[in-house]
This record gives sequence, C-alpha cells and structure tokens, in this order.
Amino acid sequence: MKVIKIDKQDFTSGIEKLADSYRLFGPVKEKESYAFQKLEKGQLPDFNFKNTRLSIKSVINPQSEVMFEYSLDEKQTDHHVMKEAKKDYSPRAIFGVRPCDGKSMVLVKPNFDTLEYKDNYWLDSYNCTTFVGLACNDPCSTCFCTSAGSGPFDETGLDVLLIDMDDYYIAKAVTSKGEALLSAASWDTAGTLDDVEDKKSKAEKKIKTSVSIDNIKDRSINEIHQASFWEDIAFSCINCGTCTYVCPTCWCFDIQDENSGKSGVRMRNWDSCMFPLFTMHGTGHNPRGEKTQRVRQRFMHKLKYYLDKYDQGIQCVGCGRCIQSCPVNIDIRRVCNIMNDYNYE
Amino acid sequence: MQNPYLPYPVRIDKITNATEDKSLKTYKFVFLDPDDERKFAYKAGQFAELSVTGKGEIPIGIASSPTEKGYVTFTVNRVGLVSSYLHTMKEGDIMGLRGPMGNSYPWDALEGKNVVIIGGGFAFTTLRSSIVYMLDPANRSKFKDIHVVYGARSPGMLLYRDELTKWEERDDINMHITVDGTDDPDWKYNVGFVPTITEQKAPAGNDDTYAIICGPPVMIKFTQPVLDKLGYTHDRIIMSLENRMKCGIGMCGRCNIGKEFVCKDGPVFTLSQLNETPREY
Ligand SMILES: Cc1cc2nc3c(=O)[nH]c(=O)nc-3n(C[C@H](O)[C@H](O)[C@H](O)COP(=O)(O)OP(=O)(O)OC[C@H]3O[C@@H](n4cnc5c(N)ncnc54)[C@H](O)[C@@H]3O)c2cc1C
Ligand code: SF4
Ligand code: SF4
Ligand code: FES
Repeated sequence: MKVIKIDKQDFTSGIEKLADSYRLFGPVKEKESYAFQKLEKGQLPDFNFKNTRLSIKSVINPQSEVMFEYSLDEKQTDHHVMKEAKKDYSPRAIFGVRPCDGKSMVLVKPNFDTLEYKDNYWLDSYNCTTFVGLACNDPCSTCFCTSAGSGPFDETGLDVLLIDMDDYYIAKAVTSKGEALLSAASWDTAGTLDDVEDKKSKAEKKIKTSVSIDNIKDRSINEIHQASFWEDIAFSCINCGTCTYVCPTCWCFDIQDENSGKSGVRMRNWDSCMFPLFTMHGTGHNPRGEKTQRVRQRFMHKLKYYLDKYDQGIQCVGCGRCIQSCPVNIDIRRVCNIMNDYNYE
Repeated sequence: MQNPYLPYPVRIDKITNATEDKSLKTYKFVFLDPDDERKFAYKAGQFAELSVTGKGEIPIGIASSPTEKGYVTFTVNRVGLVSSYLHTMKEGDIMGLRGPMGNSYPWDALEGKNVVIIGGGFAFTTLRSSIVYMLDPANRSKFKDIHVVYGARSPGMLLYRDELTKWEERDDINMHITVDGTDDPDWKYNVGFVPTITEQKAPAGNDDTYAIICGPPVMIKFTQPVLDKLGYTHDRIIMSLENRMKCGIGMCGRCNIGKEFVCKDGPVFTLSQLNETPREY
C-alpha cells in the first residue's frame, strides 16, 4: 500500500478537491469539546483536538435516526404501511478518526453484520464511509488503548492513517478505498515511514495505564457475575448512562414511533443498559431492576460476554472517554483489574 | 440488502375474546401480499413482532401452527402502550408483522420422544401451536406419548377452551386441564395448582421424555422441583423466556442473559443451558 507525503498547504487543497466526490466529516470545536460534524464548503477538519467527546459512532450510527415513514390517514392508499425513509449513502469521508475509534468499528460490526440478519442502516452507513485516521502523537492520561487491543498508531478499521510529522503529514494507505481517496485528493508525492516508527514508540511510551484480562478469560461467566465486588463498584453510580453514550463500542438502541398529525416516523435512538426501562417488562417485572445489576451488565458485557462471544478481545478500545465523562469517577481500568485480580474460588 | 426491520403489511381478519375477563384477545392476521405468507414460514415456538403503526412493536409468540395455512394467529394480553392500543383495533385494520423470530422448540430432538407440555395462565400460545402441530395427521406418528398439563385461575381464564375440550376427547393425547379453583358444579377436570397436578399426572422422566414448561415465574419455580423429583434431567427440561425486546434480531442489546440474546439465541432454552447463564429473566 502507498505511503504518501502531504505538505500542509497541499492538505488544504486536497480537502477542497475531495469535497467534489465525498461528503466530508471531521472534528469541529464546539464550546469546550470537539465533535464530528459535516464540513461545510471550504471548512477544514480541526486537528487541534486530543479526542472528540463523542466518537465517530455519532456519524456512523447517529443518536436518532429515522427508519420508516408512514401515514395514519385512512384516505391515503398504503396507510399504516411502513415505507423506507430516504437516505444519502453517497461516498463519505471522515477525517481525524483516532485509531481507537477506527478499531471500534471492527468491534461493533459483528453485532450488525450477522449470518442471519444484516442491519442495513449500520452497514450502508459504514460501507459508504472512508475512514481517514489521525495517529495520536500525544495521548491523554486516560488512554489505555495499548492494553485494550489498539494503540495510538493502530491502523485496524482505518482506510488511511495520517501521521502528523509537524511540517507535513505522512499518509499511509491501509485499504484500496484509502488509496482511492488519496488519488482523488491528488496527494501523490511518495513518502517514507522512516521517521514514523520513532514517533510511534514515543507515543506508546506516553501511555502509562493498562488493563489485564487473562484471568477474566479463564473464569466462567457465572463465577464473575456472582463475585462479591459488584456492590462496591456500583455504589456511587447514578445510572446517568453517559458512559455508554460516549462509548465508541456501545451499540444499544431503542425503536419508537413518533406521530405528528396523520403521519409519523419509526425511529431508532441510542439506548443504554444503565437505564431501568431498558429491560423492564410491561408487567413491571424487571430482570435488572437494581442499579448494581445494571452496572454489572455494562462491565460484564464489555469485558466478559463480548470476549467469550466473538473471540476478538474485549468490547473496549481504551479511549478513556467513559473515565473522562463519568460524573462520579467510575474508572473501567480499575473495574477491569478488580475483575481480573479477584480471588475466585 | 433486505431491511430486517420492515414489517410485512397484514390485515386483522378476526378478533375473538380469549378469556372471560377480556384481558386477552386472539388476533387472526392475513398477509396483504400472499407472497409474504410464504416468506413467513415458521416453526412452533417462534415469535414475531406485531407492528402497530404509530404505536410501536411488541414481541408475541405465534399461536397458530405451521400446519394451519392462510393466516397466522396471536393471543395478546392487554398490558401497556402497544397491547392496549391493539385491544382497541377492529377487524379490517391494517398493521404489520415482522418475523418469524427466535429458535423454536427443538423439534429434531423431540422426534421419537414422549413430550410433556406444562403450561400456566397466558403462556399457552406457543404451546397451542406445538400441540396442533404434533396432532396433525402428518406429524402425530413422529412423537410417542403426549401429555399436557395446563392450568389457569378459573375455567374462564383458560385459553382455547373449545380446543382443550376436543383434545380431552382424543385418545392420542393425555390432557390434564386444571384450575386453581371454581364454583362451577359442571367442571369435570382437575382442581389444583399446576405443580401439584404435574406431580400427580406427569410421566416419570427418562432419556425418552422431554418436558416443555411455559408459565409465570411462580409456576416455574414450584414445577421445577417436581420435575427433578420425577427424574427429569435438566437437558430434558425446555423453557421459553420473555425478556423485554425491541429489535427481535439480536442487535438492540436489551434482551441478553449473559452472552445469549433471548430474541435470537432463544427464546427456547434447556434448563441446563440456563444454569450456565446469569438468571436475568
Ligand atoms: C418471546 C416472547 C413471546 C411473548 N408472547 C406473548 C404472547 O403470546 N402473548 C402476550 O400477551 N404477551 C407475550 N409476550 C409479552 C409481550 O411482549 C408484552 O406483554 C408486551 O411487549 C407489552 O407491550 P406494551 O407496549 O403493551 O407494554 P409497555 O409496558 O408499554 O411496553 C413498552 C415496550 O416495551 C417492550 N416490552 C414490554 N414488556 C415486554 C415483555 N414482557 N416482553 C417483551 N417486550 C416487552 C415492548 O417493545 C413494548 O412495546 C411475549 C414476550 C416475548 C419476549
Ligand atoms: S455496555 Fe450496555 S449499552 Fe453498551 S453495548 Fe453493552 S449492553 Fe449496550
Ligand atoms: S457515567 Fe458513571 S455515573 Fe453515569 S452511568 Fe456510567 S458509570 Fe454510572
Ligand atoms: S430484542 Fe434486540 S437484541 Fe434481543
């Protein structure tokens, strides 16, 4: 695959060219934090960010999405019949994807792309996208990607990895989709990876915290589920759900009909296992009615059920967003290590 | 790519009250496009999402049997938003059906075996489907003895009463209908809770005998020790779960017990399988 050197002024002109054939998305500053947004004509992705508050999940699998439209007007033919909502799945490129977010796509895909069913909303959205990564030269103190199966220069799930070399970028094509984007931008000066290794190991050395899962792997689901530490872990949680919303690998959603007058839409909206309604039956019975049960569900899903189900590591990329956003400082690194180090009998 | 969330349009062909207190109604649906009926090929024990346009979807067990052609039926309890609205709908109304979903009862394993069906209250819908399926002349010889223990609060709360009476008269199925209590002097069947009647009437467990239990949690709680006593091993005890659902296809995340999704990997599990998972149902 190609390695390209992009001078910073050529970067700007390339982005302008790409706007002809791609819908462009990238990080944009919003008050205190950064968010992925559609870039307007002439707007550049703002690369002065450490990480965005919400991951690229907000683009690929938006928080609210219309699935169907319908009419409740009995005078209309086809009233009460669901019609597929119109969507724009023309080519799209997301710039500034941190490697952890790129990796998250690989972890989430098997949930939506199964043997029996394909979630067309997620897959169409994913397939029309070219993921242009941006390596992390300067990770945060909450990052632990290197022990969560990713890393500051990880290419998994990306189509192109950009590395900021201060005066210029090195663009490493990872897939043919990525090569196509580089050509479309007329970025064609050959570059080398000679100085990249050094940047990479420097970045990796800046990551000081880690998680271990060896012991979690070997224990049965019920052993960990029944361990005595869950009350303590859950004690301060207020079940706000922030951790699951900011998480790039959380995929749960709800489906609701929204009417206005004689027509309406069926939507899907992000949901969270932190909310009591998530599992509550119509009768009032709730299999996870207690806060502790819900906190346990979140960590068991990420660190054990996923691990056992897909055999491709934990459902966590170590981005640290949940650690930064939790109002009561619940830290997944600590929880993972408690789960791993516990003396199971 | 086929959209797995797109319901088949159906018309409500017939609505009947299923219990004397009218809290349950049975709905017979006909597909607007006859081709969709073929695509909806199902097995006894599966369920579907009933899509009430403008209100939402609810997962409901399929009460008709694959041997009954031209329609599908469901029996729905009035509970909350969607089911209450459904109870106000009329014959001729248009809505949607998405499915079939879930794994069904293990029909391959049940072939050549004795089948003991134990049901309580409203949870008799997919059991009805199973009984009609097994009693079909083309299928009856595939199974050995069939026993059915079915109980409700009172005679008027038993689902499918006409059919129960007809099955009582047959000699190729052993019916043990029961009610918690009744002041009806003409009641000629059992009086007593399901676990008690099971203990009295069900055959002993062995390699050739499977029990399928569906019912409210208390019934299951007290029936399980009875089955243990009768010698049923946990891989011969089959249960169907009812976790809250939305997508029905293993994607929205809410119906899990451990790493299994009740909607996709279930809703039917053996007790041995359930013993390996957290009891979050
Ligand atoms: C596999 C399966 C088979 C079922 N079979 C039957 C049946 O044959 N007859 C019958 O009357 N009921 C059955 N139920 C229960 C039925 O799905 C609920 O009573 C129904 O969803 C309540 O919806 P509601 O909108 O009226 O209630 P609300 O409380 O307003 O519920 C809102 C939404 O939550 C979800 N929900 C709430 N309770 C449940 C629940 N217990 N199970 C699943 N989803 C729920 C639904 O999406 C529902 O629309 C079955 C459930 C499952 C999972
Ligand atoms: S942790 Fe909770 S919200 Fe996140 S994917 Fe798992 S079940 Fe869904
Ligand atoms: S962000 Fe913190 S307080 Fe909120 S639900 Fe998650 S763990 Fe609990
Ligand atoms: S109902 Fe959505 S995962 Fe089971």
